[in-house]
Amino acid sequence: MAPGEIVTCRVDLAMMHDSGGPRRVKPMLEKLGAKVWDPEKIVVITDHYLPADDEESRNIIRIAREWVKEAGVQKFYDGVGICHVVLPEKGHLRPGLFAVGGDSHSPTGGAFGAYMFGIGATEMLGVLVTGEIWLTVPHTILVEWSGKLGRGVVAKDLILFLCTRLGMNGGKYQAVQYAGDAVAALSMQERMTLCNMAAELGAQTGLVAPDATTRAYLDAAGATGVEVERWQGDAGAPVLEHHRLDAAALAPQVSAPHSPANAAPAQEFARTAIDVAYIGACTGAKLDDLRMAASVLKGRKTAPNVSLLLAPASLKDQETAREEGTLGILLDAGAKLLPNACGVCAGYGGFRFGENAVVISSTARNSRGRMGAASSQVYLGSPYTVAASAVAGRICDPREFLA
Amino acid sequence: MSGRAWVFGDNLQTDMLAPGQYMKFGIEEMARHCLELVEPRFATDVRPGDVVVGGRNFGAGSSREQAPQALRHLGVAAVIAPSFAGLFYRNSLNLGLPALVCADAQKIRAGDSVRADPETGRIENLTTGEAIACEPIPPHLICMVRDGGLLPHLEKRLARERSARQAGPE
Ligand code: SF4
Repeated sequence: MAPGEIVTCRVDLAMMHDSGGPRRVKPMLEKLGAKVWDPEKIVVITDHYLPADDEESRNIIRIAREWVKEAGVQKFYDGVGICHVVLPEKGHLRPGLFAVGGDSHSPTGGAFGAYMFGIGATEMLGVLVTGEIWLTVPHTILVEWSGKLGRGVVAKDLILFLCTRLGMNGGKYQAVQYAGDAVAALSMQERMTLCNMAAELGAQTGLVAPDATTRAYLDAAGATGVEVERWQGDAGAPVLEHHRLDAAALAPQVSAPHSPANAAPAQEFARTAIDVAYIGACTGAKLDDLRMAASVLKGRKTAPNVSLLLAPASLKDQETAREEGTLGILLDAGAKLLPNACGVCAGYGGFRFGENAVVISSTARNSRGRMGAASSQVYLGSPYTVAASAVAGRICDPREFLA
Repeated sequence: MSGRAWVFGDNLQTDMLAPGQYMKFGIEEMARHCLELVEPRFATDVRPGDVVVGGRNFGAGSSREQAPQALRHLGVAAVIAPSFAGLFYRNSLNLGLPALVCADAQKIRAGDSVRADPETGRIENLTTGEAIACEPIPPHLICMVRDGGLLPHLEKRLARERSARQAGPE
């Protein structure tokens, strides 16, 4: 097999959520009179239309609940968090897996050394019926971060910088492999953030070679007996591009409206006053993200005119945060707790940012009108940066608060 | 069939083609809001057979196939761009909307009358008389696009398999 070759692959796992999943594939399956190829290999997670606060949303969720029964899908997680976070949390990801997800941020699975990428609903139908999908064997774009990240600088900063350096099509729909000392030092959830936003790089997937950190996570998630060592890149395999970057030199990044590729050091936005600070999404509200925010917010309050919104990415992460005191710190600082769902990040529901709202957000995307009114301005930053900005009432470099 | 060209810039997002707040509705409602933030006249003025011309990385962002589906629903005959976001490209062909990679796409001006042949990769600008080459639809997908997308393609394939089974082994 060589890069550029077109191959048809058997799929090990297919993940769907409520929006692109059952409500879309069920009528098409019925039209074909077809059944799913293997219910054991399908995972369905509801997250986009929760809480279901109108007729359409309730209907979409109801279809998901009914369809999993009909199709015999056992791996159904309903209202316990965002798909990309729940999937590994429940032990469904492991190195070497060939997986598809009905969502563009499916490269998150690459953090575990799985080849996972996003597809649309009709293509998902094809997978559900045949168990196969075509693929152009990808080239590797190697992104090597050497050195050690400074305090207050995290995976989100790496990826916002990268989106800006390489551009929104810098990934060329190939496989981006993240490597180097700074990447090896990242926790699993931080690696997930990095791989998640391979979508914003326009890559098909983002990958991190599995190691002891991966194994520890998998063990805890109940995915045992995995041969982590086996799933490493071939030494000397050809790479299309090799980017060498210095993690130690990186400052916290903020991406201005309306693109993740608009990043600059956070301090350059220091005059931007904000109305809302949003800690949410698969990208920016996992347990590690909540801990970052808490380390800034401990003993502090959000600025009087700022509302701090918090939508933990999964119920499990929320409850762990509660037990260890992290959640309490966030709530004491004035955070308003929202459901463990996509929420404002998707912008699908009733709750969207208002006219001219200026927002700093730990999510992945800030295209115009995505999270609210067309006039709203969404800046992207790390959970550290979002939390620090919530306290300052303006965008700021979180290192001011971490000394 | 020829149609008028609607021209857009680089990195056009799926959030623009299929805005999130309408995702819960059917394609008809979604299509009414297609590109409203970029070109408010688009959804009302686009006519069947028109083509959409994009810049680099057309269709960036989400996996939502309502993005190409809305264009198709409005009768757009093809999307022509120097490069596509991978997910949009796959979705587009899966829905039977030809996505044509064309290095010189931006030579086409808004309102030009354009004829595109997805199979040969020939684009004619009838307004300027110019012929523009694009990459034809890849051979492994052409059959599917001819069938009108993956769903009708699968329908045919399953029907073939069923009748082969009924006929029994030779
Ligand atoms: S949280 Fe946002 S980025 Fe993540 S799956 Fe939901 S809508 Fe997509």
